[in-house]
Amino acid sequence: MSLKDVLSPFTAWKYVFRDPVTIENPLRDRPGAARYRGFHKNDPELCIGCGTCETICQNGAIDMVPAPGRDPRQGDSALRPRIDYGRCCWCALCVDVCMTKSLSMSNEYIWVDRDPDAFRFTPGIDSKRWDSAELGYHRPEHHRLVPEHRPHMGELEPEERIGSFAEIVDGYTVEQARAEADRCVSCGLCIATCPAHMDIPNYIAAIRDGDYRHGLELLYRTNPFSEICGRVCTHKCETVCAAGHTGEPVAIRWLKRHIVDQVPYEQYRDVLAPPAPATGRTVAVVGAGPAGLTAAFDLARLGHAVTVYEALDKPGGMTRWGIPEYRLPYDIIDRDVDVIRSMGVDLRCGQRIGGDVTLGQLRDGHDAVVLALGLQMGRATRIPGSDHPDVRKAVDLLRQATAGEDFGTPQQAVVIGGGNVAMDIARTLARLQKQAFGTVRVTVTALEDFAHFLADPDEIKESFEEGVVILDARGPQAVVIEDGEVAGLKTWKVKSIFDEQGRFAPSYDETDEMIHPGSMVVEAIGQMTDTALLGEDLTEKLAWNRGRLQVDAKGRTSEPWLWAAGDMVRGPDVVSAVADGHRVAAGIHAALTGKEDQA
Amino acid sequence: MALYTPDRSQYPAALPDGSLEFDLASGKYLKLWQGPQHPGITGNMSLELTVCGDEIVHARTHVGYLHRGFEKLMERRTFIQCFPIVCRICVPEPDFNEYCYAQAVEELAGIEAPERARWIRTLILEMGRINSYMMYLGGQAGSLGQAVIGQWTTYGRDLMLDRFEELTGARIYHMFILPGGVRDGLPDGFETRMEETLREIERIMADVEDVMFHNAVFKTRTVGQGIIRPEWIEDYGVTGPNARAAGVVKDVRKDQPYLVYPELDFEPVSGTDSDVFTRADVRRRDVHVSIDLVRQILARMPKDGPLMAKVPNVLHWKIPKGETYVRGECSRGEYGYYLVTDGSGYPRRVNVRGPSYTHAMALLEKMIVGVNIADVAGLMVSLHTYPPEIER
Ligand code: SF4
Ligand code: SF4
Repeated sequence: MSLKDVLSPFTAWKYVFRDPVTIENPLRDRPGAARYRGFHKNDPELCIGCGTCETICQNGAIDMVPAPGRDPRQGDSALRPRIDYGRCCWCALCVDVCMTKSLSMSNEYIWVDRDPDAFRFTPGIDSKRWDSAELGYHRPEHHRLVPEHRPHMGELEPEERIGSFAEIVDGYTVEQARAEADRCVSCGLCIATCPAHMDIPNYIAAIRDGDYRHGLELLYRTNPFSEICGRVCTHKCETVCAAGHTGEPVAIRWLKRHIVDQVPYEQYRDVLAPPAPATGRTVAVVGAGPAGLTAAFDLARLGHAVTVYEALDKPGGMTRWGIPEYRLPYDIIDRDVDVIRSMGVDLRCGQRIGGDVTLGQLRDGHDAVVLALGLQMGRATRIPGSDHPDVRKAVDLLRQATAGEDFGTPQQAVVIGGGNVAMDIARTLARLQKQAFGTVRVTVTALEDFAHFLADPDEIKESFEEGVVILDARGPQAVVIEDGEVAGLKTWKVKSIFDEQGRFAPSYDETDEMIHPGSMVVEAIGQMTDTALLGEDLTEKLAWNRGRLQVDAKGRTSEPWLWAAGDMVRGPDVVSAVADGHRVAAGIHAALTGKEDQA
Repeated sequence: MALYTPDRSQYPAALPDGSLEFDLASGKYLKLWQGPQHPGITGNMSLELTVCGDEIVHARTHVGYLHRGFEKLMERRTFIQCFPIVCRICVPEPDFNEYCYAQAVEELAGIEAPERARWIRTLILEMGRINSYMMYLGGQAGSLGQAVIGQWTTYGRDLMLDRFEELTGARIYHMFILPGGVRDGLPDGFETRMEETLREIERIMADVEDVMFHNAVFKTRTVGQGIIRPEWIEDYGVTGPNARAAGVVKDVRKDQPYLVYPELDFEPVSGTDSDVFTRADVRRRDVHVSIDLVRQILARMPKDGPLMAKVPNVLHWKIPKGETYVRGECSRGEYGYYLVTDGSGYPRRVNVRGPSYTHAMALLEKMIVGVNIADVAGLMVSLHTYPPEIER
């Protein structure tokens, strides 16, 4: 102890002369830092109500509640997160995980209210003074708690695939599939959008768990065409996937394919429960496409005796005759159909109704009849020269290609249309040309510009890679015919497709004319159903809606014994056809068992 | 100077098993409860003292007032959901929980936080250490009646909290170090503002040295008080400044280096006298070491690069079966997390080793005997313990 120890403490007196360091009015003068995790903000337009924020909150501080004035729509549950500040710990995990980046936090932290309930509020819906605060915590771009990219899937190189009709994509390996399944946040928005309402989050969870049998069982609960849908489904689910808002949507379709690829085919029947005991009722189905066979599958499993009549010599409908093999190998279709057959469905191919057997006979021999016809007839452009025999319809050519018939592959071809069918025929022709002549010379002319293209982006990309020329915003004017032979197609530049009322009425820039050379012109502008089998009387009796057979919510036509499903009533789409097949089967089952009110 | 001398003749006789026999009815002994809300108690714990005159003849520590069941709670939370709760285990220096937990998860999940994140983690831990010591210094002085020190150090701590706020988005519970890395990089101009803060803290520390350490009263009441004998260090599991002030130089940063400590230049501070004064002085000097470390880190850390390792979707993150123990040197000694995983999406068991558990209970009970009531608070604070980490 020294003198210093006695004197030194007195130096504290210097503080008497210092300015105070306290902030006079901290409640007013002290905004939170730029990253401050203060009160929540949410952009209700950006938010999709996926509930991922609710899932991650370890305090149960978030409840998803209906937002006033909002209706659920595809990809938006219309629920919004309500936050309870009696529970929140300001961790911002909800902000970090938010699938749309709609949720953030302001730098505000003072909120005085006498009513404790006031501190439970729905950000973005209940307006707050910090709604416009610019500062506060937002998820930094690099900071991701859910991976944003799909694993890379192997596929044939363009040079390789153009030489044959071999399937292009490899499918996921187990490791890739698990990584992709891992990205799912199980929000379930996809279920509502899938026409068949497949239990997507759970079958994806089955992949994560490696429980493929359970996955397959889940697939079959809603879709007996999982092999086919796993390859060619239009995957509407992916367009609403929450992961797609700030990254790539989960590859739901490929994951479905992965499940069916993993379960050995011999085990399928063990996974599926056997059909119910026979009811003694019989149903005839016309058309062995996805809709007809789904209905047959369901009805057979419910114990009804089902006979399916198919005009062509192999089942599958438009999936076989309309989709090229490189997208959907034929043995895949066979596998799906075989499982359906194993449920006791009597499938009769090569039996066209309207010829030896009439619809009337089916009606007399069965308790119900289902029409499940595809869109097998191509629509015509009706432009000058389109009646030439070398102006062909895409559906006809695709059917011939499947049957292995030689339709005279042209050295150079022009396709009219911008949808997936146009791409299918263009790429089919490209392959045939490559085999026959070694070079690809196909031009696709589409009405739409690339920004509004109808075909899948993948199709467009792959077509380009394979050497197909795609010209957008070109309207067909005439088939050029020289010396009686098709020489090409004349097009004008499209200025707009629809008029002000939104009706289809293309207008053109006539000064921008092009001739696309080719010895064959293929029309791929849409299809319709051949309803000749109905006969005149029945056609007259039935109710129609804009050229389509009119059905009620259960799929029943205006004739009580006749039901209809699939492309002919819904338009072309495999999974919608499956959904329709289920619907009509449920309707028929209810009718046959006298429980119609409950259906 | 007249010092208090206890009257040993009043002492109870030891029973054969070593325990003491108190005949409370004799009027010689009195039970006195200090805490849980006594101002001289650090946090909510309580001391059941048996006194004879002014002297403590026996003490029993009672904890549990702050038990929140974190370890159990974590068994029902996914790995990411545990991240926001761990910081709450130790309020004044929460970042060790974040670091140890994140590091344990990373080890078992087989991922590694990126380089830049490791520097930022080290930065945060040193910032936290400075703050923890500042709080301690205020408490140590206050427990001996010197309130002004707490006012100064609280100001310094507040400045550091400002830096925490701008870096992590929060002042107390930073929730910034998460499995995989850290949330974000340094904000623009952070280094400059940090330097200003460090200078201000250095100025405060100079005043603290003058007023608290060169102080006849403080010395009288702390020199020779509350000695931890070097041989107790191993027996009682004493770590950190409590051990270093006894001349046993233990520092996890040196002994089992982690994060970027091997790349930093520093020497653990130690002392020899092992009394209240020496422990306070070791901590005071440690503040300067940490200030220096913060400067080194800011000067040398990578300015860009990833901040998070690739983590799987945290919503269903499953971690293979395994167990690990991760430790770090916090301001009070060795802080550790023992994590057991069973392949599911939840921790099977988490055990948190806070140094306060050893220091505030068994050690304190031993040291307190023979101490004057008036010195109990000062002695207790000198062990620098935080009850929230005792009970978790
Ligand atoms: S900040 Fe954390 S505790 Fe609060 S609502 Fe979000 S996730 Fe829940
Ligand atoms: S995670 Fe984001 S998008 Fe989803 S409900 Fe919450 S706030 Fe809305």
